[in-house]
Amino acid sequence: MISEVFRAEWSRIVATLVGFCGDLHVAEDAAQEAFAIAARRWPVDGVPEVPRAWLVTTARNRAIDLLRREQRHADKLRQLEPPQPAVEEVSVIADERLELIFLCCHPALAPEARVALTLRALGGLETAEIARAFLVTEETMKRRLTRARTKVRDAGIPFRVPDEEVLPERLDTVLAVLYLVFNQGWGDGRTDLAAESIRLTAVLDELLPAHPEIGALRALMLLHDSRRAARIRDGAIVPLAEQDRALWDGERIVAGRALLDHALARGARGPYALQAAIAELQTADPIDWVEVRRLYDTLLDLTGSPVVALNRAVAVAETDGPAAALALVDGLDLGDYRYLHSTRAELLRRLGDRDAARAAYDRAIELTTTDAERRFLAHRRDCS
Amino acid sequence: MRYALLINERPGSYDGFDDAQLAALTAEYMAVRNDPRVLHGERLQPASTATTLRAGGLLTDGPFADTKEVFGGFFLVEAPDLDAALELADRIPAVRLGGSVEIRPLAEHYR
Repeated sequence: MISEVFRAEWSRIVATLVGFCGDLHVAEDAAQEAFAIAARRWPVDGVPEVPRAWLVTTARNRAIDLLRREQRHADKLRQLEPPQPAVEEVSVIADERLELIFLCCHPALAPEARVALTLRALGGLETAEIARAFLVTEETMKRRLTRARTKVRDAGIPFRVPDEEVLPERLDTVLAVLYLVFNQGWGDGRTDLAAESIRLTAVLDELLPAHPEIGALRALMLLHDSRRAARIRDGAIVPLAEQDRALWDGERIVAGRALLDHALARGARGPYALQAAIAELQTADPIDWVEVRRLYDTLLDLTGSPVVALNRAVAVAETDGPAAALALVDGLDLGDYRYLHSTRAELLRRLGDRDAARAAYDRAIELTTTDAERRFLAHRRDCS
Repeated sequence: MRYALLINERPGSYDGFDDAQLAALTAEYMAVRNDPRVLHGERLQPASTATTLRAGGLLTDGPFADTKEVFGGFFLVEAPDLDAALELADRIPAVRLGGSVEIRPLAEHYR
């Protein structure tokens, strides 16, 4: 019961505390202490009628204590009024999670800092959990978080929703953080970052209903996530064309389609809407590759991204054959992007150029970062 | 909070500008300078007028680094937060002319 409350309330408490004392680290520490006290007291005293009010009041008192211990917060302390302990305060506890999201995802922060802050402050993940999810040591992640919070404080990154003129580009940054977290993949429990990012994007959608691109991102995430159980078999990646569709999560697909329709109806036409539409088309059997390729054309026009051009080439292979696709791929400037080599390898294999295919698979294997990908590529290479 | 807005210009950004265009550019800079949040601002003379001093008594003709961008001036501003400073910085012509503006908070002394 308490862990459910924690999940639901953590980011709201942290957000309220940042608004209260203006310091992200103090806010997180105070929230942490308040939840620890709750874990000790509630089993004995019973869960309060309005847990949120109890937690905010307790956390505020903890925050004042924490600030008292540090001389440099003397000014801040003087500004704070002593909090009134009362249940009637519930109506006054504004939802400041939007301010918190925009703070954590501010473009002045390094990209990995945005991700770490978001998972800590909004996701409520422990530093160790975030470290594990990103395959770094806890010490490294702790330093990353500290540097980020220091920059927030010293550079004056504000705790507020951006002005209308810059809101769209700031929202893009937030969506990019959430999508990056999603792509980081599937762990378990709270390190199931796919589930965590789906949850956070849903919260964002709730808080900013007038921005349909958020709903489009939710659709994209759900449609991709629906294939989770079919993506890996015997420790190796299974490409889309060979996946056992019976393992796809039908409910997620239905939910993803509904979100996509709703987003498109509200005018979403950005990169997430396009990618979600592509993902939706790929749930059909057979796949309408002409339509998929048309969407990639639009997405490429919109983004100019060579990675999109690469994915488009895969669709071109289906509509115009592997030779046409290979010609496109060989014109791309993607350096040592591992999927460049794996895609080339696939196309060469389909064209029957076994030596060139094997060389490309070898290069892709050298560059790959997961065992599942390595096993798939090695198997393909051996069959060439 | 006080911020330094350090203006880096792309060499040659004003090549081919006629008098009217240069005057318009100056007016843009003055508009920023005259914003009530701007405490001070100066334009530096071109890099060719610079002299660089290092340890060992070494004097070098020109600016200290052979960089693509050249430090050309600065504004000192008082702004409530980084977004406000960014909004001001965005009006500095150097940004759209291929240069950049570095926004750094001043070191404040704790009383």
